[in-house]
Amino acid sequence: MIRIPCPFCGERDHSEFSYGGDGSIEYPELDAPAEQWHDAIFLRDNIRGMQTETWQHSSGCRLWLLVERDTLSHEIRSVRPAHAGIAQALEAQR
Amino acid sequence: MTRFSAWNVIRNGFTGQRGWSRQWRDPEPQAEYDAIIVGAGLHGLATAYYLAKNHGISRVAVLEKGWLGGGNAGRNTTIVRSNYMMPGNREFYEHSLRLWEELSHELNYNVMFSQRAHVSLFHSPAARDAAARRYNSMRLTGSDGELWDLDTLKREIPHLDYNNARFPIIGAAVQRRAGTARHDAVAWGYARAADALGVDIIQNCEVTGVRRDGARIVGVDTSRGPIDGKKIGFAVAGNSSRLWQMAGLGRLPIESHKLQAFVSEPLKPLLDQVVVFGVGGAHFYISQSDKGGMVFGGDIDWYKSYAQKGNLPIVQDTAEAAMSILPCLGRVRLLRHWSGVMDMSMDGSPFICKTPLDNLYLNAGWNYGGFKASPASGWYFADLIANDRPHEVIANHDLKRFERGVIIDERGAGPDPKLHG
Repeated sequence: MIRIPCPFCGERDHSEFSYGGDGSIEYPELDAPAEQWHDAIFLRDNIRGMQTETWQHSSGCRLWLLVERDTLSHEIRSVRPAHAGIAQALEAQR
Repeated sequence: MTRFSAWNVIRNGFTGQRGWSRQWRDPEPQAEYDAIIVGAGLHGLATAYYLAKNHGISRVAVLEKGWLGGGNAGRNTTIVRSNYMMPGNREFYEHSLRLWEELSHELNYNVMFSQRAHVSLFHSPAARDAAARRYNSMRLTGSDGELWDLDTLKREIPHLDYNNARFPIIGAAVQRRAGTARHDAVAWGYARAADALGVDIIQNCEVTGVRRDGARIVGVDTSRGPIDGKKIGFAVAGNSSRLWQMAGLGRLPIESHKLQAFVSEPLKPLLDQVVVFGVGGAHFYISQSDKGGMVFGGDIDWYKSYAQKGNLPIVQDTAEAAMSILPCLGRVRLLRHWSGVMDMSMDGSPFICKTPLDNLYLNAGWNYGGFKASPASGWYFADLIANDRPHEVIANHDLKRFERGVIIDERGAGPDPKLHG
C-alpha cells in the first residue's frame, strides 16, 4: 500500500485516492495544430524513476494533487495541490 | 538435440534416461548477426523461430537481460482466446489461435495447450446484446463463438453463484476453441526449436546502449559486449519506453503498468473452463491449472509502475470478485501471487511496426493480451523484419495510427492506458 500525505487530510492509504496520470503534460491552445494535440494526448515519457503525476483524494477532500512519486520504488517525494491558487493559499497559511 | 517421440521416451526408459541431450545451447555472443531480437520473452523467441523457419534468416541472436521465461512469460494467467472484434485485431488473434492449435506439433514440444472453452458471463440483456455482436463479428472472421443460455451454463458449470442478487448471471458468451497453455513450455519450446535452427539465445545479456549511425541502428551495447545487427527488433514489452529512449527516439504512446495474478493451493478437478466475470467495476478471470491450482487475476493496479510487485487493495478486489461468482473458493488458500509490468497502450492494442530508424522494428504495447498473442506476434514480427513491410493484417498496428485517427480500442475506453485493462 502506498501512503500519500494529503496536504489537507494527512497521510492516507492510496486506496482513498483515484489515479489521474502523468502530471507533466501541458495541453496546447485549443486552436493549436493537430500534431501538438496528438503529442499531448497520446505520447508519454513513461519515466522509470521519479515522476510528477496527478491523484485525486476522491474519498477525502476530493482535491486534485500533484504527487512526485518514484515509479520503481513507489517512494513519494512531495505532494501539493494541483490548483495553483489553492497551493498558494495553503502556502500562505503555513 | 534429441527429438521427443514415443520411441525416444520408451528407449530412454530402458536405458536410464541417458539418451537425452541439452535442450538449447548457451552460446557466446558473436560480433555481428543478420538480426538481433532484444528480449527472450515469448514474443522475442517466437520471432526468432519464425525468422529462421519461415524466412530462412538463422544468423539471429535473441538477447535476454535475465533468464529465459523470467519476465512476463512467467507472469501471466496463460489464457488463450481470440474473442476480439476490431478489424485487424480479430484476424490477428484468430491467426494466433490457429498457430496455438498446431504449436506442440510445430515445435516438437508439448505446450499443453488445452482447448477447454472460454466462458464470459453476462449479467444483463444489454451485455448479452453486446456479446452477441462481438461473437457474431468473430464468426464472420472464421472464428468460433456461441451464446449459452442459463440452462446450458448451469449444466456446464453448476457451482457458479446463480442466486447473486447484485450480479444475476443470465448466460455466457463462449469460445470453445479457447483455453490455456503451459507458459514455461511455450518459452522452452520456442527456444529449443529456434536454437535447433541456428538461433543464438543469449541470456544474462542486458542491453545498456543503442548505437546509431544517423537514421540507421548499427548495434547494441550489452553487459556482454557490443553486438552489431543488420536488422534489430525490440520485443521488451513492459520496458519498451526505456529501450526506445535509449535509441534516442523520444516518447511512445505507452505507459508501464503492473498486473497481478494469483494461484491457489492445488485442488481436485473443480473448473473445466476459463471463466470470466466482468461487470461494472469488477473484473475477474479464472481457470484451473493441470496441477490443480486455481489460476486467477483481476484488474491492473491503476497507477503507473515498473515495480514487479503488486498492491493489497487489488488482492482484496480480486478476492471479492472471486467470492461473487465462485463462493466455493472461500476457504481456498493462496499459494503464490505475482505481478508483471506491461506496456499499456493508448488504445489497448499493440504495435508491430517499422520505426523512424530504417532497420529497427518495434514489437510493443501488449497490454493484457500478450500471452495469447505470442505465436502470431512472432509470426507477423518476423514477416515484418524479413520483408521490411507490414503484413496487411497489421497495417494499422503502427505508431502513426493515432495521427491517422485509426484507434483500435476494443473497450472504447479512450486514450488513457490504465482504462484498457
